[in-house]
Amino acid sequence: MNPFKKQDKQLSIFITAGYPELNSLPEQLNLLQRNGVDFIEIGIPFSDPLADGPVIQQSSQQAIRNGMNLEVLFEQLKETKSNIHVPLVLMGYFNPILQFGIQRFLKEASVCGIKGVIIPDLPFEIYMRSYQEEFQKYDVTFIPLITPKSEDSFIKMVSENSRNGFVYLVSQHATTGSDIQFISNQSRYADIRVLCGETPLFLGFGIRNNRDLASAYLECDGGIVGTAFLQAITEGTENEFLKTLREVTLQEG
Amino acid sequence: MKTSYKPDKLGFYGEYGGAFIPELLKIPVQELSAAFSYFKEDPSFILEFEQLLKDYVGRPSPLYKSTHLSNRFQANIYLKREDLNHTGSHKINNTIGQILLAKRMGKTTILAETGAGQHGVATATVCALTGLKCVVFMGEKDIERQYPNVQRMRMLGATVIPATSGSKTLKDATNEAIRHWINHPDSYYLIGSVVGPHPYPEMVAHFQSVISKEIKVQLTHATGKELPHRVIACVGGGSNAAGAFYEFYEDEEVELIAVEAAGEGVYSGLSAATSILGSDGVIHGSLTLLMQDRDGQIIEPHSISAGLDYPGIGPLHAHTIRSGRTKACPITDDEALRAAFELSRNEGVIPALESAHALAVLEKLTIQPNEVIVINLSGRGDKDMQTYLEYFTKNHESI
Repeated sequence: MNPFKKQDKQLSIFITAGYPELNSLPEQLNLLQRNGVDFIEIGIPFSDPLADGPVIQQSSQQAIRNGMNLEVLFEQLKETKSNIHVPLVLMGYFNPILQFGIQRFLKEASVCGIKGVIIPDLPFEIYMRSYQEEFQKYDVTFIPLITPKSEDSFIKMVSENSRNGFVYLVSQHATTGSDIQFISNQSRYADIRVLCGETPLFLGFGIRNNRDLASAYLECDGGIVGTAFLQAITEGTENEFLKTLREVTLQEG
Repeated sequence: MKTSYKPDKLGFYGEYGGAFIPELLKIPVQELSAAFSYFKEDPSFILEFEQLLKDYVGRPSPLYKSTHLSNRFQANIYLKREDLNHTGSHKINNTIGQILLAKRMGKTTILAETGAGQHGVATATVCALTGLKCVVFMGEKDIERQYPNVQRMRMLGATVIPATSGSKTLKDATNEAIRHWINHPDSYYLIGSVVGPHPYPEMVAHFQSVISKEIKVQLTHATGKELPHRVIACVGGGSNAAGAFYEFYEDEEVELIAVEAAGEGVYSGLSAATSILGSDGVIHGSLTLLMQDRDGQIIEPHSISAGLDYPGIGPLHAHTIRSGRTKACPITDDEALRAAFELSRNEGVIPALESAHALAVLEKLTIQPNEVIVINLSGRGDKDMQTYLEYFTKNHESI
């Protein structure tokens, strides 16, 4: 059964592991679960995150300085495993995973009950050629990223491959945390929803508030909030922020 | 097995290379690949490229037999004078090629990264020449270190944007340029070295290969043979080395020596000797040799030369060094500085600090009498005067 499939529209939150403190993650996971977040994306910090804007860059740098790495992350996940029941997804650039070892990474991810892995700089073609077998062996789903400009045939192919996961739709050509005009892309989002068939489709990059989230709910199965939540963490307003986001979910549901 | 120096369909040289890019860049990179494949064979493109190299850049650059070095090492030592090109280095060969490609693709804005500012100046120059808008990303630290080049770029009409993320040097300028490209996919990203996602390493090597094509012709003229015993070039990302080696890869009797910056010593913790200190990893869109810690975080390298101060190496070099076709050799800051002073005093040529690394390797080789050696003198030293003067003042007695 696909853990990302629900009747209702879904809210996902992205957090950088090890930010603001090395041991912030367990508490953050509990907070998100308590607030009814549908699934959580955990960012693996990297020194050179190409697709990210300043907020995620800074949170990653801070996390690295705090001592976060994959070993620490998997330890923390093992400790929280019994308390956290919402699906968890890991998101990270390829190099730290490559250094850790792909096999070892997938094995640990699988032990921690990770449902999917997003690697923004590992293109689907290279994944298929070199890594698909190992992902399948450990039963970890590779979550593909698409953009409104991705070709229809590509969207179909990746969504079929991700039947136990979801497809991550990047709202438009921009790094994370950019100012996005969701409204102008809605008809393309609708086409993409059809192309994805049975596979859930979530919209991310640039969802800053409940209005943006409502736009994501128009055509997609849910929205992913990253930069804006990290800012709320920095400001200490994460509880209030989650509440305003949950209101959208309740209205839609 | 013979080492192939052409990438496969996905852009891999052996196990290195590829295009490890976010889906966001797939379409711009595919468009670039298609345009490069088409225009590199297009007669009018080739004609315009060659014409500009001749009339604007001043090619062919001379192959000059150094009297001093030849006497000292009892050999025939030739300098390929890329320092005499317009803008003072080999960088212009590539920017001319890519700007013509950008024009044919209908692009109006050019993005570039720069470390020492040499590639930034070469890009600003060709943008001024063709009337395209130029945006150069440069690390905040490098802007301070290389201010004359910042002023040159501005005089040429370019906008220089400080990269304030990470360590504020070349790798961060490259990150910022790539991020800007993601946000402005209609602009053209003009990479200055044989790094980045496929097709950049292949394309930059292609445009720089004019260096080794000329060496073969000039050497035949000078010695009656087109092959030297050795070709020596410095390697940061590796564009001048790729250009100097390119036509010799299949001539296996020619020894190719890639000189890396060892900073204050290979194992001093302040070094940029990537082939020794690096391991397989992904940086700026390609799988290559890379300086990184055990968690896969990229390490900031050190070299006195801003042009060699890069934590990676082009995938073509990673492949040819690992396969044994190219020999890598580390040279420290001090060795490079001494070689720069030696050439200046005895030959009347002030080399760039980068090129001085290539010169310094001569002392480490066992040279047979009458051996023919070509050193790629990739740039001139004007930009390094500050560093040279500081060294001169400090070591006045010993020079």
